[in-house]
Amino acid sequence: MSKAVDDRTGGALAAELASALSPDRVRTGSTELGLYARDSSNIEGAAGIVCFPLTTDEVQATVRAAARHGVPFVARGSGTGLAGGATPLDHSLVIALTKMDRVLSVDPVNRFAWVEPGVLNLDLTRHVTQHGLHFAPDPSSQQSCSIGGNVANNSGGPHCLSDGVTAAHILGMEVVLSDGSVVHLGGEEPEPEGLDLRGAFVGSEGMFGIATKVCVRLTQNPPTVRTMLMDFASVEAGAQTVSAIIADGMVPAALEMMDRLCVQAVEAYIHAGLPVQAAAVLLVEVAGSAHGLEADVARIVEIGSAHGAGTVRIAQDETERALLWKGRKNAFGAIARIKPNYYLHDTVVPRRMLPEVLRQVYEISERYGLMVMNVFHAGDGNLHPLLVFDKREPGVMERVHAAGEEIVRASVAAGGVLSGEHGIGLEKRDFMPLMFSPADLAAQASMRRAFDPAGLANPYKVLPSPAACGDVQHVPDGAWI
Amino acid sequence: MALALDAFAADVGDTDVVTISGNSTRGGPVPAVRGVRAPAGIQWVQPDEMIVCCGAATPVDELVAALGQHGQTVALPAGGTVGGALACGLSDVRRLGYGPVRDVLLQARYVSAAGEVVKAGGPTVKNVSGFDLPRLLVGSRGALGFIGEVILRTRPLPAASRWFTIEAHDPFDVFARLYRPVSALWNGTRMWVLLEGHAADLAAQQQAAGLHEADAPPALPTGSRRSVRPAEVATQVGEFVAEVGIGIVHHREPWVPPPRGEREQALARAIKHELDPLGRLNPGIDV
Repeated sequence: MSKAVDDRTGGALAAELASALSPDRVRTGSTELGLYARDSSNIEGAAGIVCFPLTTDEVQATVRAAARHGVPFVARGSGTGLAGGATPLDHSLVIALTKMDRVLSVDPVNRFAWVEPGVLNLDLTRHVTQHGLHFAPDPSSQQSCSIGGNVANNSGGPHCLSDGVTAAHILGMEVVLSDGSVVHLGGEEPEPEGLDLRGAFVGSEGMFGIATKVCVRLTQNPPTVRTMLMDFASVEAGAQTVSAIIADGMVPAALEMMDRLCVQAVEAYIHAGLPVQAAAVLLVEVAGSAHGLEADVARIVEIGSAHGAGTVRIAQDETERALLWKGRKNAFGAIARIKPNYYLHDTVVPRRMLPEVLRQVYEISERYGLMVMNVFHAGDGNLHPLLVFDKREPGVMERVHAAGEEIVRASVAAGGVLSGEHGIGLEKRDFMPLMFSPADLAAQASMRRAFDPAGLANPYKVLPSPAACGDVQHVPDGAWI
Repeated sequence: MALALDAFAADVGDTDVVTISGNSTRGGPVPAVRGVRAPAGIQWVQPDEMIVCCGAATPVDELVAALGQHGQTVALPAGGTVGGALACGLSDVRRLGYGPVRDVLLQARYVSAAGEVVKAGGPTVKNVSGFDLPRLLVGSRGALGFIGEVILRTRPLPAASRWFTIEAHDPFDVFARLYRPVSALWNGTRMWVLLEGHAADLAAQQQAAGLHEADAPPALPTGSRRSVRPAEVATQVGEFVAEVGIGIVHHREPWVPPPRGEREQALARAIKHELDPLGRLNPGIDV
């Protein structure tokens, strides 16, 4: 890869940062640069400097220094992103926000909190659980992903079916823009004057600036929760049950599906007594007040039975509920036992198209000789086909990428979208024209220009050239092209 | 029948200043400027996907009635047109339970300042493909583009929906005892609470919180609609009805909102300049 940031510029910037922050929080050693050269995607980049600011002032000083030297920067939380959004290119500056991890204040009555971007998703929920509250977005990576990363990616999770994704839970932010200025977008006030800059910023994948404080909405814990597992003899029957539940006027707290290979892998891992012979298993959770909840449970069981559900297992206590969720949330760990590598996809299709698109997913994977498992947010139509492989096998990566591209194309052709929660990053940047015309992309590019006219905040992501005016086309190792 | 988006785009054109209006219930067009009107009509309802597609000039009440046939509704304030409700972006008193207007819009086809039809967002509830242009359009009062056709998220109608009331000198005392009320209004001495869900759950909450049935919510003073920090609801004076847990205060007296920071304002204007460099869309509307 070409080195857009030369050694002399990098050296001068590193020296400046060492004095603005402190020498031990500015790293240029090859081991650390290697660690920060990628996120959790398969895409390898190149970091020039990694720094760890502790305060908004330090982020501001860091960004100003980068701007003076014309060095692009990538804000990074825990690096759990799967689309290469936090993968630095061209030896750019990585601004790691992991040390800004304080919960600043909690208002338990009006149900919001101010937090720093490095606070981990699950830590926030643990912090407010004493007030009977939680932070609703719950990505599978919630033990390790950060709130700043959730904001950048507009993250989802199983319980976003009823409560909405991150955008619905962010009230305001303090942001450092790429010119080093600090702005307040949104806030505790519900309707600040003017454009909804808060809404525009959420999901901007680090390309509009760096959030240094975030005001998050907190959600009341439900008084009652019921979790059940239903198994089906076909994937179609499971998918049709999902549509029928929603069409009946219910929005469960979560509605997840696992196919047979996935259930078998999970069962071998956690021994929860899962129905390993079933073609598909639905994990349904309903939450709320007791009477409505019991009515919903009865109706869901009725709908499941009408679609040929084999057994219906209702968790009898919190331990059993936790066990059922452990299966869902640790599916990826379980799969690692089968083959060493996996590629996790993320597309959304209309719910009624789930049976057809899943059929295509199996057909595509078989054609490329790849093992596929499906574990996904069925209630949202949010597919997560998981291609499992051993990358030591010659030529396998080409097949994985080709199959992945076909899955993405099939999803969009079915009336779906490119990504439900992982984001576009580098991974799907060049697929954006599948969904958007040049005029559509130009409008998105103009949002970026307004926030970051210099183009220094996480360049080359999300927008394909030529919409990303001025951005050079970059093709890092591991990206799909 | 497909909406006449191309004809709408041709009406907007790409040269002179132009303004848009729906039913003028939320302010109306910019005076003395050539006016256009968006297409109207419901294109389709997909209850099993919980989405609906319609023209921006479709009356909100017509849309709500049509969705009601499918046991669903949409979280837009009543009256006027869909486009007007979105362009103004002001929620109604059910915001606590239904969320802000900005969470309703999934996809918009709008006419840009260049006279082109541009698509923002996507048709599914869950979608992080690209930047969130739909949320920027909501509340932009037609200054960034004229919305022509939208796909909106719907929600199921509740089994039961009922207003309750209780005397309350501290708004947060009652509020803390309620589970996910759809609305909680307070006028300094009394609270009104909208609960939705299973009738038996409503009765249980009513009893637990000591609520009395109410015929209707209070009339909202119309002097100003203030946006304040939710904690400041408790210190309001004068004649008002405040949305507890949100921070919207309907007050009898007029109000001047606090100015934005200079950098925020510059950012908003930069967005306007990028999307409408000649300032031809709804001229005079400050973003």
